[in-house]
Amino acid sequence: MSTPVFEELEKGQQIGTRELSFSRADLIRYAAASGDHNPIHWNDRFAREVGLDGVIAHGMLTMGSAVDLVSVWAGDPGAIVDYQSRFTKPVPVPDAASGSPETPTARLQLSGKIGAVDAEQRRVRIDLSVELLTEPAAEEEPGRGAHPDPVRTKVLAKSQAVVQL
Amino acid sequence: MINPERQGHQYPPAAPFQVSREAIREFALAVQAEHPAHHDVEAARELGHRDLVAPPSFAVVIAQRAEAAVVNDAEAGIDFSRVVHAEERFTHHSPILAGDTLSSQVTLERIRTMGAGAMVTTVVQISAEDGSARTTVTSSLLVRNSGDDT
Repeated sequence: MSTPVFEELEKGQQIGTRELSFSRADLIRYAAASGDHNPIHWNDRFAREVGLDGVIAHGMLTMGSAVDLVSVWAGDPGAIVDYQSRFTKPVPVPDAASGSPETPTARLQLSGKIGAVDAEQRRVRIDLSVELLTEPAAEEEPGRGAHPDPVRTKVLAKSQAVVQL
Repeated sequence: MINPERQGHQYPPAAPFQVSREAIREFALAVQAEHPAHHDVEAARELGHRDLVAPPSFAVVIAQRAEAAVVNDAEAGIDFSRVVHAEERFTHHSPILAGDTLSSQVTLERIRTMGAGAMVTTVVQISAEDGSARTTVTSSLLVRNSGDDT
């Protein structure tokens, strides 16, 4: 694995992109691994009773899944000395219409760029963008053909990872 | 109702948490983390780590055991059925590794009452057996007051 050369890094450089997807099975896996068994992440009825439209992903699943892009870029997950996010919008994960609960029902676009370089401490701040991709409602986008552009909703804000190089 | 007087209260430490390779691998799979240092001990050692490296957000697993003290604190008066997770931050003083035994202790850092409820910030200090700081986890929750459903 190649590691970034500190002297070549500049604010604004892209570190990469990734597409993430979540299924109901992914939410159950995260609940088990994290110990967060809040039923809003697996029971539609309960989620609606507390005012949601249905089951949503754990904010910490989204935040936790976004940072691997930085670990792989840095070459060492242990180089990430700080990681923060604000949760701005929920990520709905509806039940698949049929078949396996492993079928992804939420799609996220992830990208990262260098937000700041601290030459003295040899630290780089990576700013992550995490957007939920949803299909536009048919009547809102007339005449866009069979594959209209997805609607993009930012689900994390101020999502920043600081890497020590 | 939330009791702003509870701001600054430090709770007793949670039971020590033993970090296993299995827990790191299971968590890494759950957050779709592909870096080999989470899965393969040799890969972690090649990077100079003693054992598997926990993903950067793994500390939440340890932190929430300490945070349970706040959840169960009747004096704080926080209704956790009316909570939305607003913000999370991990500051790693050194990486969490498989084989670590970690202690954790939570402080109710800040209670900021607002119109519809309050923003509650907790800080969990996670430390190694020798007392050295490992990770600081800062979590902010938006709490709605009960009877505030409209």
